[in-house]
Amino acid sequence: MSSGVLIVARLALQEALRRRVLLVVVVLTVVFGGLYAWGCSELFGDVDQFSDSSTGLDATALAGSTIVGLAMFGGLFLGVVLATFLTAGAVRGDAERGLLQPLIVRPLGRTEYLLGRFLAAAVVSALYVLLVYFGAVLVTGLIGDWWPEHPVGSAVRLAGGAVLIAALALLGSVFLSATANGILMLMAYGMGLLAGLLGAIGDAIPSPTLQHIASTASWVLPFEALYRDALRLLVQDVPGVTGAIVQLGPLGGSHDAGPLLIPWAVLYLLGVLVLAALAFARRDV
Amino acid sequence: MSTALAVAGLRKRYGRHEALRGVDLEVADGELLGLLGPNGAGKSTLTKIACGLVHPTEGSVAVARPFGYLAELFRFPGWCTADEVLLLHQRLTGSDGGGRERGDLLELVRLDDDATTRVEEMSKGMQQRLGLAQAMVGGPRLLLLDEPTSALDPGGRRTVRDLLEELRRRGVAVLLNTHLLSEVELVCDRVVIIDKGAVVAAGTPAELEGGSGVEVELAGGVRRIDGATREDVPGIVADLVAAGEQVYGVRVRRSSLEDVYLDTVADAR
Repeated sequence: MSSGVLIVARLALQEALRRRVLLVVVVLTVVFGGLYAWGCSELFGDVDQFSDSSTGLDATALAGSTIVGLAMFGGLFLGVVLATFLTAGAVRGDAERGLLQPLIVRPLGRTEYLLGRFLAAAVVSALYVLLVYFGAVLVTGLIGDWWPEHPVGSAVRLAGGAVLIAALALLGSVFLSATANGILMLMAYGMGLLAGLLGAIGDAIPSPTLQHIASTASWVLPFEALYRDALRLLVQDVPGVTGAIVQLGPLGGSHDAGPLLIPWAVLYLLGVLVLAALAFARRDV
Repeated sequence: MSTALAVAGLRKRYGRHEALRGVDLEVADGELLGLLGPNGAGKSTLTKIACGLVHPTEGSVAVARPFGYLAELFRFPGWCTADEVLLLHQRLTGSDGGGRERGDLLELVRLDDDATTRVEEMSKGMQQRLGLAQAMVGGPRLLLLDEPTSALDPGGRRTVRDLLEELRRRGVAVLLNTHLLSEVELVCDRVVIIDKGAVVAAGTPAELEGGSGVEVELAGGVRRIDGATREDVPGIVADLVAAGEQVYGVRVRRSSLEDVYLDTVADAR
Protein backbone atom coordinates (compact mmCIF):
# COMPACT_ATOMS: atom_id res chain seq x y z
CA MET A 1 0.00 0.00 0.00
CA SER A 2 1.39 3.40 -0.95
CA SER A 3 2.60 5.79 1.72
CA GLY A 4 0.10 8.44 0.52
CA VAL A 5 -2.84 6.15 1.37
CA LEU A 6 -1.44 5.49 4.83
CA ILE A 7 -0.73 9.19 5.46
CA VAL A 8 -4.32 10.14 4.60
CA ALA A 9 -5.74 7.24 6.64
CA ARG A 10 -3.59 8.27 9.58
CA LEU A 11 -4.75 11.88 9.25
CA ALA A 12 -8.41 10.79 9.24
CA LEU A 13 -7.87 8.61 12.32
CA GLN A 14 -5.95 11.38 14.09
CA GLU A 15 -8.83 13.74 13.37
CA ALA A 16 -11.33 11.26 14.84
CA LEU A 17 -9.15 10.87 17.93
CA ARG A 18 -8.36 14.55 18.43
CA ARG A 19 -11.93 15.63 17.77
CA ARG A 20 -12.89 13.10 20.46
CA VAL A 21 -15.20 11.28 18.07
CA LEU A 22 -13.72 7.95 19.07
CA LEU A 23 -13.80 8.86 22.75
CA VAL A 24 -17.53 9.60 22.55
CA VAL A 25 -18.07 6.34 20.68
CA VAL A 26 -16.12 4.33 23.26
CA VAL A 27 -17.94 5.95 26.21
CA LEU A 28 -21.38 5.38 24.66
CA THR A 29 -20.43 1.82 23.74
CA VAL A 30 -19.41 1.10 27.32
CA VAL A 31 -22.80 2.46 28.44
CA PHE A 32 -24.49 0.34 25.77
CA GLY A 33 -22.50 -2.71 26.93
CA GLY A 34 -23.52 -2.10 30.54
CA LEU A 35 -27.19 -1.82 29.62
CA TYR A 36 -26.88 -4.91 27.45
CA ALA A 37 -25.34 -6.91 30.28
CA TRP A 38 -28.08 -5.74 32.63
CA GLY A 39 -30.74 -6.67 30.09
CA CYS A 40 -29.14 -10.08 29.58
CA SER A 41 -29.04 -10.68 33.29
CA GLU A 42 -32.75 -9.82 33.67
CA LEU A 43 -33.72 -11.81 30.58
CA PHE A 44 -31.93 -15.00 31.52
CA GLY A 45 -33.07 -14.62 35.11
CA ASP A 46 -36.67 -14.88 33.91
CA VAL A 47 -36.08 -17.24 31.01
CA ASP A 48 -37.76 -20.24 32.66
CA GLN A 49 -41.09 -18.43 32.70
CA PHE A 50 -41.10 -18.35 28.88
CA SER A 51 -42.19 -21.89 28.42
CA ASP A 52 -42.66 -25.24 29.94
CA SER A 53 -41.54 -28.53 28.50
CA SER A 54 -44.93 -29.17 26.80
CA THR A 55 -44.46 -26.37 24.23
CA GLY A 56 -41.11 -27.68 23.04
CA LEU A 57 -39.72 -24.16 23.13
CA ASP A 58 -36.04 -23.81 23.98
CA ALA A 59 -36.33 -20.64 26.01
CA THR A 60 -32.59 -20.16 26.46
CA ALA A 61 -31.95 -20.38 22.71
CA LEU A 62 -34.89 -18.07 22.03
CA ALA A 63 -33.66 -15.47 24.51
CA GLY A 64 -30.00 -15.77 23.50
CA SER A 65 -30.48 -15.58 19.75
CA THR A 66 -33.01 -12.76 20.05
CA ILE A 67 -30.86 -10.56 22.24
CA VAL A 68 -27.68 -11.23 20.23
CA GLY A 69 -29.71 -10.46 17.08
CA LEU A 70 -30.72 -7.15 18.62
CA ALA A 71 -27.09 -6.44 19.51
CA MET A 72 -26.12 -7.22 15.90
CA PHE A 73 -28.68 -4.74 14.67
CA GLY A 74 -27.52 -2.10 17.14
CA GLY A 75 -23.83 -2.69 16.46
CA LEU A 76 -24.26 -2.54 12.70
CA PHE A 77 -26.40 0.57 12.95
CA LEU A 78 -23.77 2.35 15.06
CA GLY A 79 -21.02 1.10 12.74
CA VAL A 80 -22.95 2.50 9.79
CA VAL A 81 -23.32 5.85 11.54
CA LEU A 82 -19.59 5.86 12.28
CA ALA A 83 -18.64 4.94 8.69
CA THR A 84 -20.98 7.62 7.34
CA PHE A 85 -19.66 10.35 9.63
CA LEU A 86 -16.06 9.48 8.77
CA THR A 87 -16.57 9.62 5.00
CA ALA A 88 -19.67 11.71 4.23
CA GLY A 89 -17.68 14.91 3.70
CA ALA A 90 -14.49 13.33 2.31
CA VAL A 91 -14.53 15.02 -1.10
CA ARG A 92 -17.10 17.73 -1.71
CA GLY A 93 -17.53 18.57 1.95
CA ASP A 94 -13.80 18.94 2.54
CA ALA A 95 -13.37 20.81 -0.76
CA GLU A 96 -16.07 23.30 0.28
CA ARG A 97 -14.30 23.81 3.60
CA GLY A 98 -10.94 24.24 1.85
CA LEU A 99 -9.37 21.23 3.59
CA LEU A 100 -8.96 19.12 0.47
CA GLN A 101 -7.04 21.47 -1.83
CA PRO A 102 -3.74 21.64 0.09
CA LEU A 103 -3.63 17.84 0.24
CA ILE A 104 -4.36 16.78 -3.31
CA VAL A 105 -2.01 19.23 -5.03
CA ARG A 106 0.83 17.48 -3.28
CA PRO A 107 2.31 14.45 -5.04
CA LEU A 108 -0.70 12.56 -3.78
CA GLY A 109 -3.05 11.05 -6.35
CA ARG A 110 -6.75 11.57 -5.94
CA THR A 111 -7.23 7.81 -5.84
CA GLU A 112 -4.69 7.53 -3.04
CA TYR A 113 -6.60 10.19 -1.12
CA LEU A 114 -9.87 8.29 -1.55
CA LEU A 115 -8.33 4.99 -0.56
CA GLY A 116 -6.80 6.58 2.53
CA ARG A 117 -10.17 7.94 3.62
CA PHE A 118 -11.83 4.62 2.86
CA LEU A 119 -9.19 2.66 4.76
CA ALA A 120 -9.63 4.77 7.89
CA ALA A 121 -13.44 4.58 7.84
CA ALA A 122 -13.56 0.90 6.92
CA VAL A 123 -11.09 -0.15 9.62
CA VAL A 124 -12.73 1.94 12.36
CA SER A 125 -16.32 0.97 11.54
CA ALA A 126 -15.53 -2.72 10.94
CA LEU A 127 -13.53 -2.96 14.19
CA TYR A 128 -16.34 -1.23 16.02
CA VAL A 129 -18.97 -3.62 14.69
CA LEU A 130 -16.75 -6.59 15.56
CA LEU A 131 -16.15 -5.24 19.05
CA VAL A 132 -19.85 -4.76 19.75
CA TYR A 133 -20.76 -8.13 18.25
CA PHE A 134 -18.15 -10.19 20.06
CA GLY A 135 -18.80 -8.22 23.24
CA ALA A 136 -22.50 -9.10 23.00
CA VAL A 137 -21.74 -12.77 22.26
CA LEU A 138 -19.36 -12.94 25.22
CA VAL A 139 -21.76 -11.23 27.63
CA THR A 140 -24.66 -13.40 26.47
CA GLY A 141 -22.60 -16.58 26.76
CA LEU A 142 -21.25 -15.74 30.21
CA ILE A 143 -24.60 -14.66 31.63
CA GLY A 144 -27.05 -16.95 29.83
CA ASP A 145 -24.78 -19.80 28.79
CA TRP A 146 -25.96 -19.55 25.18
CA TRP A 147 -23.35 -19.41 22.43
CA PRO A 148 -24.01 -19.04 18.70
CA GLU A 149 -22.76 -21.84 16.45
CA HIS A 150 -21.05 -19.64 13.83
CA PRO A 151 -19.87 -16.46 15.56
CA VAL A 152 -17.08 -15.72 13.08
CA GLY A 153 -19.27 -16.03 9.96
CA SER A 154 -21.81 -13.58 11.37
CA ALA A 155 -19.04 -11.20 12.45
CA VAL A 156 -17.46 -11.15 9.00
CA ARG A 157 -20.79 -10.38 7.36
CA LEU A 158 -21.63 -7.57 9.80
CA ALA A 159 -18.19 -5.99 9.39
CA GLY A 160 -18.59 -6.30 5.62
CA GLY A 161 -21.89 -4.40 5.83
CA ALA A 162 -20.20 -1.50 7.61
CA VAL A 163 -17.33 -1.51 5.07
CA LEU A 164 -19.83 -1.36 2.20
CA ILE A 165 -21.52 1.65 3.76
CA ALA A 166 -18.14 3.38 4.12
CA ALA A 167 -17.50 2.84 0.41
CA LEU A 168 -20.98 4.05 -0.58
CA ALA A 169 -20.62 7.15 1.60
CA LEU A 170 -17.27 7.84 -0.04
CA LEU A 171 -18.87 7.61 -3.49
CA GLY A 172 -21.68 9.90 -2.36
CA SER A 173 -19.15 12.41 -1.04
CA VAL A 174 -17.86 13.03 -4.56
CA PHE A 175 -21.25 14.38 -5.60
CA LEU A 176 -23.02 15.58 -2.47
CA SER A 177 -22.36 17.90 0.43
CA ALA A 178 -21.62 16.21 3.74
CA THR A 179 -25.11 16.77 5.14
CA ALA A 180 -26.94 15.57 2.04
CA ASN A 181 -24.67 12.56 1.75
CA GLY A 182 -25.08 11.65 5.41
CA ILE A 183 -28.86 11.83 5.11
CA LEU A 184 -28.75 9.74 1.93
CA MET A 185 -26.65 7.02 3.56
CA LEU A 186 -28.85 6.74 6.62
CA MET A 187 -31.96 6.68 4.44
CA ALA A 188 -30.41 3.99 2.23
CA TYR A 189 -29.66 1.98 5.36
CA GLY A 190 -33.23 2.50 6.54
CA MET A 191 -34.56 1.42 3.15
CA GLY A 192 -32.49 -1.74 3.33
CA LEU A 193 -33.80 -2.46 6.80
CA LEU A 194 -37.37 -1.88 5.68
CA ALA A 195 -36.88 -4.20 2.72
CA GLY A 196 -35.54 -6.84 5.12
CA LEU A 197 -38.62 -6.49 7.32
CA LEU A 198 -40.86 -6.80 4.28
CA GLY A 199 -38.92 -9.90 3.32
CA ALA A 200 -39.47 -11.40 6.78
CA ILE A 201 -43.21 -10.71 6.48
CA GLY A 202 -43.15 -12.11 2.94
CA ASP A 203 -41.53 -15.31 4.22
CA ALA A 204 -44.07 -15.65 7.05
CA ILE A 205 -47.27 -15.05 5.04
CA PRO A 206 -45.86 -16.15 2.48
CA SER A 207 -45.97 -13.38 -0.18
CA PRO A 208 -43.86 -13.77 -3.35
CA THR A 209 -44.15 -10.02 -4.08
CA LEU A 210 -42.72 -9.00 -0.71
CA GLN A 211 -40.05 -11.68 -1.04
CA HIS A 212 -39.15 -10.32 -4.48
CA ILE A 213 -38.91 -6.74 -3.16
CA ALA A 214 -36.66 -7.88 -0.32
CA SER A 215 -34.52 -9.98 -2.65
CA THR A 216 -34.05 -7.12 -5.14
CA ALA A 217 -33.18 -4.70 -2.33
CA SER A 218 -30.67 -7.21 -0.99
CA TRP A 219 -28.75 -7.26 -4.28
CA VAL A 220 -28.95 -3.50 -4.79
CA LEU A 221 -27.96 -2.78 -1.18
CA PRO A 222 -25.91 -5.84 -0.22
CA PHE A 223 -25.13 -4.59 3.28
CA GLU A 224 -28.73 -5.51 4.07
CA ALA A 225 -28.27 -8.98 2.60
CA LEU A 226 -25.10 -9.40 4.66
CA TYR A 227 -26.96 -8.45 7.83
CA ARG A 228 -29.75 -10.94 7.14
CA ASP A 229 -27.22 -13.60 6.24
CA ALA A 230 -25.40 -12.92 9.51
CA LEU A 231 -28.72 -13.45 11.31
CA ARG A 232 -29.16 -16.69 9.39
CA LEU A 233 -25.83 -17.98 10.66
CA LEU A 234 -26.84 -16.96 14.17
CA VAL A 235 -30.09 -18.92 14.22
CA GLN A 236 -29.79 -21.65 11.59
CA ASP A 237 -28.88 -24.35 14.10
CA VAL A 238 -31.68 -23.56 16.53
CA PRO A 239 -34.07 -26.49 16.08
CA GLY A 240 -37.82 -26.95 16.11
CA VAL A 241 -40.41 -24.37 17.03
CA THR A 242 -37.76 -22.17 18.58
CA GLY A 243 -35.84 -22.13 15.29
CA ALA A 244 -38.97 -21.14 13.34
CA ILE A 245 -39.62 -18.24 15.71
CA VAL A 246 -36.09 -16.86 15.88
CA GLN A 247 -35.67 -17.05 12.11
CA LEU A 248 -38.36 -14.37 11.80
CA GLY A 249 -36.12 -12.19 13.95
CA PRO A 250 -36.85 -9.02 15.86
CA LEU A 251 -35.60 -6.50 13.27
CA GLY A 252 -35.51 -8.16 9.86
CA GLY A 253 -35.56 -11.91 9.65
CA SER A 254 -32.72 -14.17 8.73
CA HIS A 255 -32.38 -14.94 5.07
CA ASP A 256 -30.16 -17.22 3.05
CA ALA A 257 -28.99 -15.21 0.04
CA GLY A 258 -27.03 -18.16 -1.32
CA PRO A 259 -23.36 -18.69 -2.11
CA LEU A 260 -23.10 -15.71 -4.44
CA LEU A 261 -23.63 -13.13 -1.72
CA ILE A 262 -20.02 -12.83 -0.53
CA PRO A 263 -18.50 -12.68 -4.05
CA TRP A 264 -21.19 -10.16 -5.03
CA ALA A 265 -20.46 -8.02 -1.96
CA VAL A 266 -16.74 -8.00 -2.79
CA LEU A 267 -17.41 -7.11 -6.44
CA TYR A 268 -19.90 -4.45 -5.35
CA LEU A 269 -17.32 -2.93 -3.01
CA LEU A 270 -14.67 -2.83 -5.73
CA GLY A 271 -17.18 -1.39 -8.21
CA VAL A 272 -18.20 1.37 -5.82
CA LEU A 273 -14.56 2.27 -5.10
CA VAL A 274 -13.65 2.32 -8.81
CA LEU A 275 -16.69 4.46 -9.55
CA ALA A 276 -15.72 6.88 -6.77
CA ALA A 277 -12.15 7.10 -8.08
CA LEU A 278 -13.32 7.73 -11.67
CA ALA A 279 -15.84 10.36 -10.60
CA PHE A 280 -13.30 12.14 -8.38
CA ALA A 281 -10.66 12.07 -11.13
CA ARG A 282 -13.03 13.97 -13.43
CA ARG A 283 -14.22 16.45 -10.86
CA ASP A 284 -13.06 20.05 -10.65
CA VAL A 285 -12.19 21.01 -7.09
CA MET B 1 16.35 30.18 -19.03
CA SER B 2 14.07 27.17 -18.49
CA THR B 3 10.39 27.45 -17.80
CA ALA B 4 8.72 26.75 -14.46
CA LEU B 5 5.18 27.12 -15.80
CA ALA B 6 4.04 27.09 -19.42
CA VAL B 7 0.40 27.54 -20.30
CA ALA B 8 -0.68 27.38 -23.94
CA GLY B 9 -4.09 27.97 -25.51
CA LEU B 10 -5.85 27.39 -22.22
CA ARG B 11 -9.63 27.38 -22.30
CA LYS B 12 -12.09 26.54 -19.55
CA ARG B 13 -15.81 26.43 -19.95
CA TYR B 14 -18.32 26.05 -17.10
CA GLY B 15 -21.54 25.31 -18.95
CA ARG B 16 -22.16 28.36 -21.11
CA HIS B 17 -19.70 30.53 -19.25
CA GLU B 18 -16.20 30.65 -20.65
CA ALA B 19 -13.85 31.37 -17.75
CA LEU B 20 -10.67 31.22 -19.85
CA ARG B 21 -10.51 32.01 -23.55
CA GLY B 22 -7.18 30.83 -24.89
CA VAL B 23 -4.60 32.00 -22.38
CA ASP B 24 -0.87 31.73 -23.13
CA LEU B 25 1.51 32.42 -20.29
CA GLU B 26 4.98 31.45 -19.14
CA VAL B 27 6.85 31.81 -15.87
CA ALA B 28 10.59 31.37 -16.16
CA ASP B 29 12.66 29.71 -13.46
CA GLY B 30 13.23 32.16 -10.63
CA GLU B 31 10.81 34.71 -12.07
CA LEU B 32 8.08 36.46 -10.06
CA LEU B 33 5.05 36.92 -12.26
CA GLY B 34 2.15 39.00 -11.03
CA LEU B 35 -1.26 37.98 -12.31
CA LEU B 36 -3.73 40.84 -12.17
CA GLY B 37 -7.34 41.15 -13.14
CA PRO B 38 -10.77 42.06 -11.79
CA ASN B 39 -12.94 39.58 -9.90
CA GLY B 40 -14.17 36.86 -12.24
CA ALA B 41 -11.41 37.49 -14.78
CA GLY B 42 -10.26 33.87 -14.60
CA LYS B 43 -7.14 34.25 -12.44
CA SER B 44 -8.08 31.64 -9.84
CA THR B 45 -9.29 29.25 -12.53
CA LEU B 46 -5.93 29.60 -14.26
CA THR B 47 -4.07 28.94 -11.01
CA LYS B 48 -6.26 25.95 -10.17
CA ILE B 49 -5.72 24.46 -13.61
CA ALA B 50 -1.97 24.96 -13.22
CA CYS B 51 -1.94 22.92 -10.03
CA GLY B 52 -4.36 20.25 -11.25
CA LEU B 53 -7.43 21.05 -9.18
CA VAL B 54 -9.46 22.02 -12.23
CA HIS B 55 -9.38 20.30 -15.62
CA PRO B 56 -8.95 22.52 -18.70
CA THR B 57 -11.47 22.29 -21.52
CA GLU B 58 -8.67 22.88 -24.05
CA GLY B 59 -5.00 23.72 -24.02
CA SER B 60 -1.95 22.50 -22.20
CA VAL B 61 -0.16 23.19 -18.94
CA ALA B 62 3.40 22.19 -18.08
CA VAL B 63 4.38 22.69 -14.45
CA ALA B 64 7.80 22.27 -12.90
CA ARG B 65 7.85 19.88 -9.96
CA PRO B 66 7.90 20.04 -7.07
CA PHE B 67 5.58 22.99 -6.79
CA GLY B 68 3.73 24.55 -3.89
CA TYR B 69 0.24 25.99 -3.89
CA LEU B 70 -1.67 28.29 -1.61
CA ALA B 71 -5.39 28.35 -2.40
CA GLU B 72 -7.47 31.48 -2.09
CA LEU B 73 -9.83 29.63 0.23
CA PHE B 74 -8.12 26.98 2.27
CA ARG B 75 -8.19 25.56 5.75
CA PHE B 76 -6.03 23.26 7.78
CA PRO B 77 -7.47 20.88 10.38
CA GLY B 78 -8.19 23.04 13.42
CA TRP B 79 -6.81 20.45 15.82
CA CYS B 80 -3.38 20.47 14.16
CA THR B 81 -0.58 22.65 15.47
CA ALA B 82 1.45 24.73 13.02
CA ASP B 83 4.30 22.23 13.33
CA GLU B 84 1.96 19.30 12.66
CA VAL B 85 0.59 20.94 9.52
CA LEU B 86 4.11 21.27 8.15
CA LEU B 87 4.99 17.73 9.26
CA LEU B 88 1.96 16.40 7.37
CA HIS B 89 3.06 18.20 4.22
CA GLN B 90 6.62 16.99 4.67
CA ARG B 91 5.26 13.46 4.68
CA LEU B 92 3.12 14.12 1.61
CA THR B 93 5.98 15.66 -0.36
CA GLY B 94 8.53 13.16 0.91
CA SER B 95 10.64 16.00 2.27
CA ASP B 96 13.49 14.91 4.51
CA GLY B 97 14.00 18.42 5.90
CA GLY B 98 12.82 17.35 9.34
CA GLY B 99 12.43 19.74 12.25
CA ARG B 100 14.99 22.13 10.85
CA GLU B 101 13.00 22.77 7.67
CA ARG B 102 9.83 23.26 9.68
CA GLY B 103 11.54 25.67 12.04
CA ASP B 104 13.08 27.65 9.17
CA LEU B 105 9.76 27.94 7.37
CA LEU B 106 7.92 29.06 10.49
CA GLU B 107 10.62 31.63 11.10
CA LEU B 108 10.35 32.85 7.51
CA VAL B 109 6.63 33.57 7.96
CA ARG B 110 7.18 34.87 11.50
CA LEU B 111 5.35 32.06 13.22
CA ASP B 112 8.39 30.65 14.99
CA ASP B 113 6.81 31.34 18.39
CA ASP B 114 3.62 29.56 17.36
CA ALA B 115 4.91 26.14 16.36
CA THR B 116 2.72 24.47 18.99
CA THR B 117 -0.28 26.75 18.52
CA ARG B 118 -3.32 24.95 17.14
CA VAL B 119 -4.72 26.22 13.86
CA GLU B 120 -8.12 26.86 15.46
CA GLU B 121 -6.41 29.28 17.88
CA MET B 122 -4.77 31.28 15.08
CA SER B 123 -6.04 34.46 13.47
CA LYS B 124 -6.90 34.38 9.77
CA GLY B 125 -3.69 36.21 9.01
CA MET B 126 -1.60 33.69 10.95
CA GLN B 127 -3.32 30.86 9.09
CA GLN B 128 -2.53 32.54 5.80
CA ARG B 129 1.13 32.83 6.76
CA LEU B 130 1.08 29.18 7.80
CA GLY B 131 -0.42 28.43 4.38
CA LEU B 132 2.56 30.13 2.77
CA ALA B 133 4.96 28.07 4.88
CA GLN B 134 3.05 24.92 3.91
CA ALA B 135 3.36 25.80 0.23
CA MET B 136 7.14 26.02 0.61
CA VAL B 137 7.59 22.60 2.24
CA GLY B 138 9.89 20.38 0.23
CA GLY B 139 11.69 23.25 -1.52
CA PRO B 140 9.41 23.79 -4.52
CA ARG B 141 10.72 25.13 -7.86
CA LEU B 142 7.47 26.97 -8.40
CA LEU B 143 4.93 28.57 -6.06
CA LEU B 144 1.37 29.22 -7.15
CA LEU B 145 -0.08 31.79 -4.77
CA ASP B 146 -3.75 32.63 -5.09
CA GLU B 147 -4.49 35.85 -3.19
CA PRO B 148 -1.90 35.17 -0.47
CA THR B 149 -2.41 38.55 1.21
CA SER B 150 -6.20 38.76 1.24
CA ALA B 151 -6.49 38.24 5.01
CA LEU B 152 -3.33 40.04 6.05
CA ASP B 153 -2.91 43.34 7.81
CA PRO B 154 -0.22 45.77 6.55
CA GLY B 155 2.40 44.07 8.75
CA GLY B 156 1.46 40.67 7.36
CA ARG B 157 1.60 42.00 3.80
CA ARG B 158 5.06 43.31 4.49
CA THR B 159 6.04 39.82 5.69
CA VAL B 160 4.78 38.36 2.44
CA ARG B 161 6.67 40.97 0.43
CA ASP B 162 9.87 40.10 2.30
CA LEU B 163 9.10 36.45 1.71
CA LEU B 164 8.72 37.01 -2.02
CA GLU B 165 12.07 38.79 -2.06
CA GLU B 166 13.58 35.82 -0.25
CA LEU B 167 12.05 33.44 -2.79
CA ARG B 168 13.56 35.48 -5.59
CA ARG B 169 16.92 35.20 -3.84
CA ARG B 170 16.49 31.43 -3.66
CA GLY B 171 15.57 31.23 -7.34
CA VAL B 172 12.00 30.01 -6.79
CA ALA B 173 9.54 30.93 -9.53
CA VAL B 174 6.29 32.48 -8.32
CA LEU B 175 2.91 33.03 -9.93
CA LEU B 176 1.33 35.66 -7.70
CA ASN B 177 -2.38 36.14 -8.15
CA THR B 178 -3.36 39.27 -6.25
CA HIS B 179 -5.40 42.43 -6.22
CA LEU B 180 -2.69 44.42 -4.49
CA LEU B 181 -1.07 46.36 -7.30
CA SER B 182 1.46 48.01 -5.02
CA GLU B 183 2.93 44.60 -4.14
CA VAL B 184 3.09 43.56 -7.76
CA GLU B 185 4.75 46.84 -8.63
CA LEU B 186 7.32 46.38 -5.88
CA VAL B 187 8.29 42.75 -6.22
CA CYS B 188 7.24 41.27 -9.56
CA ASP B 189 9.55 40.89 -12.53
CA ARG B 190 6.66 40.73 -14.98
CA VAL B 191 2.96 41.38 -14.90
CA VAL B 192 0.14 39.77 -16.83
CA ILE B 193 -3.26 41.44 -16.78
CA ILE B 194 -6.16 39.16 -17.51
CA ASP B 195 -9.76 40.13 -18.09
CA LYS B 196 -12.79 38.10 -19.16
CA GLY B 197 -10.61 35.04 -19.49
CA ALA B 198 -8.03 36.55 -21.85
CA VAL B 199 -4.64 38.21 -21.44
CA VAL B 200 -5.08 41.92 -22.16
CA ALA B 201 -1.61 43.19 -21.25
CA ALA B 202 1.76 41.75 -20.32
CA GLY B 203 5.22 43.05 -19.64
CA THR B 204 7.54 44.28 -16.93
CA PRO B 205 6.07 46.88 -14.57
CA ALA B 206 8.32 49.48 -16.23
CA GLU B 207 7.12 48.53 -19.72
CA LEU B 208 3.49 48.69 -18.66
CA GLU B 209 4.01 52.00 -16.94
CA GLY B 210 5.67 53.31 -20.11
CA GLY B 211 3.01 56.00 -20.57
CA SER B 212 5.00 58.54 -18.59
CA GLY B 213 5.83 61.94 -20.12
CA VAL B 214 5.33 65.67 -19.90
CA GLU B 215 2.15 67.61 -20.76
CA VAL B 216 2.56 71.27 -21.71
CA GLU B 217 -0.40 73.60 -21.84
CA LEU B 218 -0.04 75.91 -24.83
CA ALA B 219 -2.29 78.52 -26.38
CA GLY B 220 -3.41 76.00 -28.95
CA GLY B 221 -4.06 73.19 -26.46
CA VAL B 222 -2.16 70.52 -24.53
CA ARG B 223 0.91 69.00 -26.13
CA ARG B 224 2.23 65.67 -24.83
CA ILE B 225 5.87 64.71 -24.98
CA ASP B 226 5.91 60.97 -24.27
CA GLY B 227 8.84 59.52 -22.40
CA ALA B 228 10.04 62.90 -21.14
CA THR B 229 10.88 63.21 -17.46
CA ARG B 230 10.94 66.00 -14.87
CA GLU B 231 14.58 66.67 -15.74
CA ASP B 232 13.61 67.40 -19.36
CA VAL B 233 11.09 70.12 -18.41
CA PRO B 234 13.41 73.21 -18.50
CA GLY B 235 14.74 72.26 -21.93
CA ILE B 236 11.26 71.55 -23.32
CA VAL B 237 9.91 74.85 -22.06
CA ALA B 238 12.95 76.74 -23.38
CA ASP B 239 12.56 75.14 -26.81
CA LEU B 240 8.85 75.93 -26.97
CA VAL B 241 9.35 79.57 -25.91
CA ALA B 242 12.16 79.89 -28.41
CA ALA B 243 9.77 78.60 -31.04
CA GLY B 244 7.32 81.37 -30.18
CA GLU B 245 4.85 79.28 -28.16
CA GLN B 246 3.24 80.66 -25.02
CA VAL B 247 3.48 78.19 -22.14
CA TYR B 248 0.62 78.35 -19.61
CA GLY B 249 1.43 75.25 -17.58
CA VAL B 250 3.53 72.09 -17.38
CA ARG B 251 2.64 68.74 -15.82
CA VAL B 252 4.88 65.71 -15.43
CA ARG B 253 2.88 62.57 -16.02
CA ARG B 254 3.94 59.30 -14.53
CA SER B 255 1.44 56.54 -14.95
CA SER B 256 1.36 53.98 -12.17
CA LEU B 257 0.55 50.33 -12.61
CA GLU B 258 -2.84 51.15 -11.17
CA ASP B 259 -3.49 53.63 -14.01
CA VAL B 260 -2.36 51.06 -16.55
CA TYR B 261 -4.46 48.36 -14.94
CA LEU B 262 -7.59 50.49 -14.82
CA ASP B 263 -7.08 51.75 -18.39
CA THR B 264 -6.40 48.26 -19.73
CA VAL B 265 -9.34 46.66 -18.01
CA ALA B 266 -11.61 49.54 -19.00
CA ASP B 267 -10.46 49.26 -22.64
CA ALA B 268 -11.21 45.58 -22.65
CA ARG B 269 -14.81 46.17 -21.51
